[in-house]
Parts: sequence; structure tokens; C-alpha cells
Amino acid sequence: MAYTAQEILEGLAEIVAEETGLPTDAVAKEKSFTDDLDIDSLSMMTIVTHAEDKFGVRIPDDEVKNLTTVGDAVTYIEGAQAA
Amino acid sequence: MTAAPASRDVVVTGLGATTPLGGDAPSTWQAALAGESGARTLENDWAETYGLPVTFAATIKVDPAERLSRPETKRMDPSTQYAMIAAREAWQDAGAPEVDGERLGAVVSSGIGGIWTTLDGWDTLKERGARRMLPMTVPMLMPNSPAAYVSLEFGAKAGAHALVSACASGAEAIGYGLDMIRTGRADVVVCGGTEATIHPMPIAAFAASRTLSLRNDDPQRASRPYDVDRDGFVIGEGAAVVVLESAEHAAARGARVYARLAGVGLSADAYHITSPDPEGTGQVSAMRRALEDADVTSRDVVHVNAHATSTKVGDLTETASIRTLMGGEADHVRLSATKSMTGHLLGGAGALETLFTVKAVSERLAPPTINVENPDPELQVPLVRATPEKLPDGDVVAVNNSFGFGGHNVALVVTNA
Repeated sequence: MAYTAQEILEGLAEIVAEETGLPTDAVAKEKSFTDDLDIDSLSMMTIVTHAEDKFGVRIPDDEVKNLTTVGDAVTYIEGAQAA
Repeated sequence: MTAAPASRDVVVTGLGATTPLGGDAPSTWQAALAGESGARTLENDWAETYGLPVTFAATIKVDPAERLSRPETKRMDPSTQYAMIAAREAWQDAGAPEVDGERLGAVVSSGIGGIWTTLDGWDTLKERGARRMLPMTVPMLMPNSPAAYVSLEFGAKAGAHALVSACASGAEAIGYGLDMIRTGRADVVVCGGTEATIHPMPIAAFAASRTLSLRNDDPQRASRPYDVDRDGFVIGEGAAVVVLESAEHAAARGARVYARLAGVGLSADAYHITSPDPEGTGQVSAMRRALEDADVTSRDVVHVNAHATSTKVGDLTETASIRTLMGGEADHVRLSATKSMTGHLLGGAGALETLFTVKAVSERLAPPTINVENPDPELQVPLVRATPEKLPDGDVVAVNNSFGFGGHNVALVVTNA
């Protein structure tokens, strides 16, 4: 069963919170991973690894650079699980 | 910037630890004076699952998760977590000195490195494939990770180093810190040792080398250096960190000084990969060089914190070496084997025992050696047994010995401030 966009956002927020120590409600759709959440490239790859695991999707490295905001990641994961 | 002139006088201004006896340096020292044991039965299924012959260890007393943020526990191997907890305590204990980062060093060693991370990574790879490998795996497993994180924490730019010499690593780190100040590279150095190897693989490996105590039915009495019934060491974990500072720097800021770190002596046995040279030549050389470096004589030595791990051969070699070096003067030494209480912290041991030696000099109390019911008749130096013993007033000299697999010998000399 596919996750809804809201479920993906919540799940992603938990992963980001674990990695960064930020509260989950700081992880909003419009937030930039680098500029707003101060996530470096190693942390971003860690988040991607956990997100792939949690949502059962594959996020190729070439796609990661296009995921500027949390919303971008939610949209990508939502589409990837439908594929 | 202009380099400060090198200083020969180096003092200890901060202490920090997280050990099987306590979550900080004061509680660890108090538990040691009280003669407590940090050994306990492991609450897991490793004996059943893997056939481990040893079912106990000296595990850390306070969970690092109580002292670190959640992201820190996820991106640091346990060996780095322990080092960070000890380093933060030592730094605060030193009064969080204001020092130019270019004049601040970090030297934190581990004998084994991030072995939990290494083995967890291998498990992940075997079970789930390369795609599931966590990106932080390499910076977590590298043995310089504790030194690197301590450098990051305090902005230490004079150098971050991780000297590796098995069970002498923590002492060698402190000796290197001393030299960083003496050679003018730094005014303040945060230095020490850490280890986190209570994982079934290293326990099985140490057991395979026949060096671990098998006293599974009585963990608290298993580590018994110099007792005739000793049967090996008790594996321990934890970290200890000291803040070293040039005497001038400490005086200029009015810092509280515990003791002087007066000398370091190093040698290698070049005899056997694990067994100490039975003649103790290398051990004697290390102690002699340390005393010469400190410009004191064996006549001045009132206390030795022994390496003494509770193995049949190692313990006696050390006291024979002390007797060879000091002759009749060894009768005036109060010898303490604190691994009887802490277990063997491997790369953390030399640092923790330096911390104990500093406290012994500062409080004039030699900590006890527990579990010595029947002293080995070949023991050649007076041993502090069940209760602490008072050290003399006036100027005193103490030595901390640390030896490691590979034939590494490190002696550090501590004198009163």
C-alpha cells in the first residue's frame, strides 16, 4: 500500500529529526535541506538511505541533487513508490 | 602569530572520565577509593548465541545517551561518544580556558578504534547490501575519530592526533600532549584515551588469546592483580581525558592545578608480539627515561599506578622491573593496581590510570587494589590492598606505567604542583 504525501512528510520529518536533532515540526515542505535545515552532504545521504528503507523506494544519487526542499523529496518519493 | 617559547613545566588543570565505576571523574575516583568493582554479568545472549566463554565485563556505568544528543549518538562510534563525554567534562573542569585555537591541541587515542561501527557495517553489507551502508560509516570507524571530534568540539587547530599502541595508547596520547607543549606547538592540549570493545567479536578474540579471566560465576572478584588465583584480565570500556597546560598559561589565567606532568618515557620491547620481555628491559628503560625526563630519581618515587592487568606473567614482570630499576628504594613505593576495580579499558587504561595518579598525588591517597586475598609470593613491591593508603606530605613523585600488545612501554611521571 502506498504512503500518502502526508505520511511521507511525517516519516521524513522523523528521519531528519533523528539525524539532525531538529524538532519534527521544523521539517516543513517548503524548507530547504541545506539552507534552512543545515544538512550537509553526508547527512543528506544518510537521510536518503533511511528514507529508501522506510518507504521502499530507490532514490538514485543523480536525483538527490534535485531534492532541494523537503517538499521535493516528498513529491519524489510519492512518485517513486507509484512506479 | 608569534609562537610562545617552549615551556618545560606542564600542569594538569582538568580531568574528565566516563568509566565502569562512574559517569564522571569525581564519581569514578570516589568509587575507586571505596574499592568498588565495575565488573558485571553481561545481560545478553552472546554466550548462548556465539559460545563466548566469558559472560561478564566492566561495562560503562552511565549510558552515553544520557549525556549526548540523539544525533551525536547516531554519528559517533561508542568509542568517540565516551571520549567526547570525558573531554567535555575535563574542559569544563579546567574552567573552559580561553585559548587561541592555533595554540590548542587534541590527542585522543583508542587502541582498537570504532569496532562497533566496523562490525555493524559488515553485518549491514552481508544482510542488506551496499545500498544500505550508512554514509557516516567511515568517519565513525576511523581510529582518529575521537581525536577529530574533540578537535572539532573545542576548535583545536594546533594538531589532532591519535597514537596507537594497544593498551598503552591512552598514556602515549598524554605523553604526546606533554611534548606538544614542551616543543612549543601548543599551550593547552586536551588528551586521553578511550575504548568501546564490549562486543562479542573482540571478546571472543581476546578469549582466544587466553588472556581473559574466566571467572564467570564471580565477576566482581575476577580482576585480581597480584593475587595468586588471578586468571586473566577483565575487559572494560570507557574513556578518560586530561587537560594539560603550560604552567605559564595556567598561572596567567589563575587556573586550579591538580599536579605537574613532569616526564614521559617510551620504549619498545622488540621481543614478542604479545608477551612482555621477561627480563623487563623495555619496561625498565621506559621508567628510567621518564624519571630522567622529569629530572627526579627513583628515590623520590612514592607511588606507582601499575599496568597490572591480572595476568599470570605480566603482573610479576612489572614488579620485577620496578625492583630492577629502583633496587631497595622500591620498598618506599605504594603500588596500586586499579584495574582490579575498573577492569582493563585497553586504549583508555593509560589515560584513566594517569587520572588516578594525578588524583593520588593531589589528594595524597594511593587507591586500593581489591581482590588480593593471597598476594603472589613473587610480588616485589609493597602493594596497597583493600583500603587507600596515605602518601607522604611534601614533594612527591608518582609513576603511571602502561604497556601494550606489541611491546609498547609508556611511563608517565606525575609530581605535586
